[in-house]
Amino acid sequence: MEAIILQTLNGLDKGSAYALIALGLTLIFGTLGVVNFAHGALFMIGAFCAVTLQRILSASFVTLDETRTDFLGNPMKVETPYVEAWFGPELGGSIIEWSVPLAILFSIPIMAAIGIAMERGLIKHFYKRPHADQILVTFGLAIVLQEIVKHFYGANPIPTPAPDALTGSYDFGVLLGFDPNVIIYPYWRLVYFAFAALVIGAVFAFLQFTTFGMVVRAGMADRETVGLLGINIDRRFTIMFALAACVAGLAGVMYAPINSPNYHMGMDFLVLSFVVVVVGGMGSLPGAVLAGFLLGILESFASMTQVIALIPGINQIVIYVVAIIVLLTRPRGLMGRKGVMED
Amino acid sequence: MLGLGKKDTLLLLLVTALTLCAPFLLNPFPVNGGLAQFNAGYPDLMQRFVIFGIFAIGFNILFGLTGYLSFGHAAFLGAGSYAAVWMFKLLSMNVLPAILLSVVIAGIFALMIGYISLRRSGIYFSILTLAFAQMSFALAYSVLTPITNGETGLQVTLSDPRILGVTANADGSIPVTHLFGIEMRATEVLRMGAWEFQFSAGYYLCAVMMLLAFYLAIRIFRSPFGMMLRAVKSNQQRLYYTGVNARPYTLAAFVISGMYAGLAGGLLAAMDPLAGAERMQWTASGEVVLMTILGGAGTLIGPVLGAGVIKYFENIFSKLNENVLHGWFAFLPDGIEDVLVAVIYPFVGKGWHLTLGLMFMAVVIFLPGGLVEGGQRITRLFRRGRSPEAQRRRTPAE
Repeated sequence: MEAIILQTLNGLDKGSAYALIALGLTLIFGTLGVVNFAHGALFMIGAFCAVTLQRILSASFVTLDETRTDFLGNPMKVETPYVEAWFGPELGGSIIEWSVPLAILFSIPIMAAIGIAMERGLIKHFYKRPHADQILVTFGLAIVLQEIVKHFYGANPIPTPAPDALTGSYDFGVLLGFDPNVIIYPYWRLVYFAFAALVIGAVFAFLQFTTFGMVVRAGMADRETVGLLGINIDRRFTIMFALAACVAGLAGVMYAPINSPNYHMGMDFLVLSFVVVVVGGMGSLPGAVLAGFLLGILESFASMTQVIALIPGINQIVIYVVAIIVLLTRPRGLMGRKGVMED
Repeated sequence: MLGLGKKDTLLLLLVTALTLCAPFLLNPFPVNGGLAQFNAGYPDLMQRFVIFGIFAIGFNILFGLTGYLSFGHAAFLGAGSYAAVWMFKLLSMNVLPAILLSVVIAGIFALMIGYISLRRSGIYFSILTLAFAQMSFALAYSVLTPITNGETGLQVTLSDPRILGVTANADGSIPVTHLFGIEMRATEVLRMGAWEFQFSAGYYLCAVMMLLAFYLAIRIFRSPFGMMLRAVKSNQQRLYYTGVNARPYTLAAFVISGMYAGLAGGLLAAMDPLAGAERMQWTASGEVVLMTILGGAGTLIGPVLGAGVIKYFENIFSKLNENVLHGWFAFLPDGIEDVLVAVIYPFVGKGWHLTLGLMFMAVVIFLPGGLVEGGQRITRLFRRGRSPEAQRRRTPAE
């Protein structure tokens, strides 16, 4: 019983990341009909937004402290971050410490700008081209984005710690009446899950309860008719692309403390996210979210020692096996709509 | 000749001449000159040119003709490599049985994956092949370690049985791969003044294999079977309505291209008896997609061209560093020199992937037919106005 709860919890954070990326992919696919292989790169850029903000905030100037000397006998060099100098060590210190959550605010405009630039500059010209071309050009774009990040940040993972207050673990077992230390779970992963749930909820609420969202949903169902009604659906779809980029970017920002960002983290997630989208059903938003969490949890169950003893290697391939079975038995995925990508 | 049309014969002869003279053509610069680093005529790289040429030719039979975009072709290359190395371990160091087995194994593997994947088309097909390849990669790394030797990669060792060959040489070293006694690593060096040309037995084996593969590809392109595959690409629906089941044709194309990949994998192992799981990773599959598109999908010569360009970039451009660039632009005033080097540097050396990505995007956006289409456009530019007949023929009948 403890094991089941623990594995479910473990699956949640990875599942949240899958769900967020898959949600963005589906948004783009459902609105624009474009298969975006560069979506993993957007996730990666999000994570590097967190890195960048942390670097900006910890930018410091050097002063010489005459009262102390270093081991060579020279006056000690003291590095003081600008933020601490401006806001005082207390507030400044905590601003630096909380740079990852602050990066959420920092990344939204950046990701939106990147999303709009991508859609207007590149994707727009590919609506009428075959899906293979869309895959190829976004695949190329992903390589380019990846290499640009690599050029500026190097190839090594960059540790980006979460705030100290959130680095510990929470003892879930006590809450549910188990022995202490049986089910412990890092705070940051809880935060990640809550954050993902919030973002997903916000996206759904936006689509469901605003006029803008209603128009977008109408456009997803029948783009031509909406256009004939005199609505500029293209502009709205561009905004949806920017929204999808933001969702991927936010997923990346918050993932930075879990897994130190490196330039190819996006590609690793992308392959799995595509599998998630296909399992959930191409073009179905709830399907993407559901499949994301399901596969995340399934993956963590498959990596239990008892399961591995039963079927060796299952933890490595379970997602792919599920994808293959789903594609062959339910080609539309779990919640796929009729008529999407059925050629 | 050989059942080919006049144009195809010419193309085949041209490719034959180019591959056989490659050691000369790829070493145009004197050994000690400043441009010697652009020489690509060393055995290791030349072998890669032709081996990846084979891989891309095979991929093109599937993607270029049927339009099915597989993102998991590297799995067959990896399977071929493993099969070849096992042959070296168990049977003998002769490359012929190893290559044969690698083709057969890759073919069987492709048959299994293709049978399942081809039930879907479009993006679903791409993702299914991707999933299968990633699965093979993960398995090769973990559970299949007894067969694949996991992260270390499969190697020949001194304790292998090698029933038909020798376990170890008289001096205690590991025997090398050979073809009936001709060692694959044997290299003749020809010096002519300041120039140096290397002729390697391994390269010529690969080159002959590539020419065979190329010839076979031409025959497939021109055969009724090839026409059928093109029909699948242009309109599968119409094929169904005329009562043709396209599946056997696409499956055959998939298996053939898988066997080409297996041949490439076998040759890779024959040149250097190693096999690692990273050959199966999806980035490796992505590379062959890049090669084919860059050269020109659906054309005969395109994939070979693309493979050559990418491998040349990977090996030559990646070696350029800041010092080399400074050396080139030394004749310019200092300020301009620094600016130029700063601008160019991100695109060469370690950043050559960036150039590759940009080039690939440019090709997909502006030249969907790849380098071959680029070449055609240029020749057309010169011929423009002279033959209005040719102009009119350009619009295809849809």
